[in-house]
Amino acid sequence: MLLFLFKMKIPLFCLALCSVLVSSFLVVAAYAQDADPIRIGLMTVKTGPLATGGIQMEQGLDIYLRSVSYTIAGRPVEMIVADTGGSPAVARTKAQELVERDGVDAIIGPLAAFEALAINSYIAQVGIPTLSIAAAEDMTQRTPNPYFIRVSSSSAQASHPMGHYAAVDREFRRAVTIADDIAYGQEMVAGFQRVFEENGGRVVAKLWPPLNVAEYSAYIAQIQNVDVVYMAFAGINGLRFIRQYAEFGLQGEIPLLGGMTSADESILRNMGDEALGVISSSFYSSELPWPANVDFVSRMREVYDVNPGYYAVSAYLEAMVLHAAIDAVGGDTEDKAELMNALRSVELEDSPRGYVRFDEHGNVVGNIYIFEVQQKDGRLVNTPIKTYENVSQFWNYNSEEFLSQPVYSRNYPPAIYLGQ
Amino acid sequence: MRERCLIIVTLMSLVSLPLWMGSDYYINIASQILIWAIFALALNVLVGWSGLVSLGHAGLFGMACYTGAWLLEAGWGHFTAVLGAFAMTILVSAIFGALSLRTRGIGFIMITLAISQILWGIAYRWIGLTNGDNGIIISARPTPFGIEMDTPGVFYIFTLIVFLLTMLIMAIFYQSPFGVSLRGTRDQSRRMSALGFNVWLIRFFAILFSGFFSGVAGLLFLYYHQYVSPHVLSLLNSAEVLLMVISGGTGTLLGPVVGAGLVVVIKNVASAYIERWNMLLGVIFVAIVIFMPEGLVPGTQRLFRWVFSRIKSIGAAIKSEAS
Repeated sequence: MLLFLFKMKIPLFCLALCSVLVSSFLVVAAYAQDADPIRIGLMTVKTGPLATGGIQMEQGLDIYLRSVSYTIAGRPVEMIVADTGGSPAVARTKAQELVERDGVDAIIGPLAAFEALAINSYIAQVGIPTLSIAAAEDMTQRTPNPYFIRVSSSSAQASHPMGHYAAVDREFRRAVTIADDIAYGQEMVAGFQRVFEENGGRVVAKLWPPLNVAEYSAYIAQIQNVDVVYMAFAGINGLRFIRQYAEFGLQGEIPLLGGMTSADESILRNMGDEALGVISSSFYSSELPWPANVDFVSRMREVYDVNPGYYAVSAYLEAMVLHAAIDAVGGDTEDKAELMNALRSVELEDSPRGYVRFDEHGNVVGNIYIFEVQQKDGRLVNTPIKTYENVSQFWNYNSEEFLSQPVYSRNYPPAIYLGQ
Repeated sequence: MRERCLIIVTLMSLVSLPLWMGSDYYINIASQILIWAIFALALNVLVGWSGLVSLGHAGLFGMACYTGAWLLEAGWGHFTAVLGAFAMTILVSAIFGALSLRTRGIGFIMITLAISQILWGIAYRWIGLTNGDNGIIISARPTPFGIEMDTPGVFYIFTLIVFLLTMLIMAIFYQSPFGVSLRGTRDQSRRMSALGFNVWLIRFFAILFSGFFSGVAGLLFLYYHQYVSPHVLSLLNSAEVLLMVISGGTGTLLGPVVGAGLVVVIKNVASAYIERWNMLLGVIFVAIVIFMPEGLVPGTQRLFRWVFSRIKSIGAAIKSEAS
């Protein structure tokens, strides 16, 4: 059947090929001019170790856009997904691709802090509104970017309340912390330690396993003579640590507290009884009871058969905020500075995580919940047991004073009770 | 004559690329290809011409990035930062060479890998110096002779000039007596040393030379991204640049450039269309190894020669039949 291709003379063949190419370009160009859609670029990670969360982000965004039939302010919406592969250099190129080639009106993502930092100067330079879940404290603190807002939580935003809960509500006195040795883990631990110690607790040991450590037994063996363990892990590490913690027989012996992503729904579905009783603090769980969330969770289960967690809800919330802002500017996304102002003044009364607004640095102010892993209908879920209302990234500290201190790190605030 | 025409046409199209490329995005991709090509050319000095396979070149590359970024952040000017970065990179290359040249073959690979991992560890853990995981953001690109380099086109031209200079120096280096003796140490190191050449010193200088151009690429990378994080020092980076050299063709001048183009395009451009771009890259490398084990550039040359010889022999056969 394809024989005629071989029988054709070469110039003729080239001519045919060229005409096919040109006509297909024309068709594409004609389509592109058909309507003027709002283009939303999603920067996420679909390959590599961060992919589980990255794919959930895409699902969350898709669920929101489906709920508005891919139409915002009367304009059709186009979602363009870019895979950064978890590399800062590729993230930068992908941001350029979205802005310069695809002409997106706003970027949702990227996922990891180092990716957000890699595109930090670029998004300010071209002025493209960016709604990210990257938790790095300083992106909305000491070096805020006018084109960056965060609707999830800064690293320590959810761990300050956990420090309060542990010291005041549960009256734990001696704690050991264990966290991924990356900025995200360090900042979460710092926030926990600061509030915990100000309320009478003492952090007596801080353990820092490397991000890609094979197993935690050497670290778990060091956990002795304490009331409580605070863990701050990202990705799949929380699952592995909790499992080994139970294997060592410490489950139920020493209570286990966790940061935002340590017992997230995305890893809970792969866990068994070993996770029961883990207490974590976050801005979201699929168990939050109000209708906005019940509705979101049921659609996620229906379409993708997963319980939404940190990543899915973040993308969903970002789309919600973007929608509200585009409505506020009357659907005109050309003036990016105006769109950015609108984004920063968005207030959501009724989102899956509850009431949401932004502070002057572009970071979210909203509820933080304390969750406990419980069994319900044969599934593990994060049941809310306490609510801290309208928590900002500065907890109850004065923001100017907070910003005049160094950024949270492995060594700040200094741990004065180590080894006692 | 034909070769000269080809070179002129290529040069013209490279220089005028910002004019006909249209989108800023592709101009930026072109700049990235050139930056990686310089890095691959630097590694090629060792892999191709000295027979020393280094799996730690990202260490030298990253050293220039970090020193440059650190000096700029500390408030020094661009001139000092660039000079400082080169000095530091050469110093580290010297240590790198002194340690790794004690071994050969697998040992050499492992030592270079170990050194780059140490540098990676420092960048990751010495937070006071390197800001750890979050890296260092630099505020601006330099303005040599008052020329702003913020637009993709201008930065591309700047990168192109550096790239062409690198190519020129590499070509001169290859033909120079030093280049010839370096290849001598690769093929017949014992005979070279019997002839009175100091094999160790020749290799050591080759490492310094390679380190310097890794530093050039590192600085361009820093200015392009205006951001540096421990990822630049990772094993992945070292392996990727080695793949560029091997897939393009070790020991050739054009091979590393072609390899750099291949990897950058697949990683950045093709990944927008193909979700499993990692697999595509893997399949392409496997295909190269099966069909052109010597690399793309020498492989294509071989293919052309084969096709031409076939045409000639067929022509001769027809002639003899006719007679």
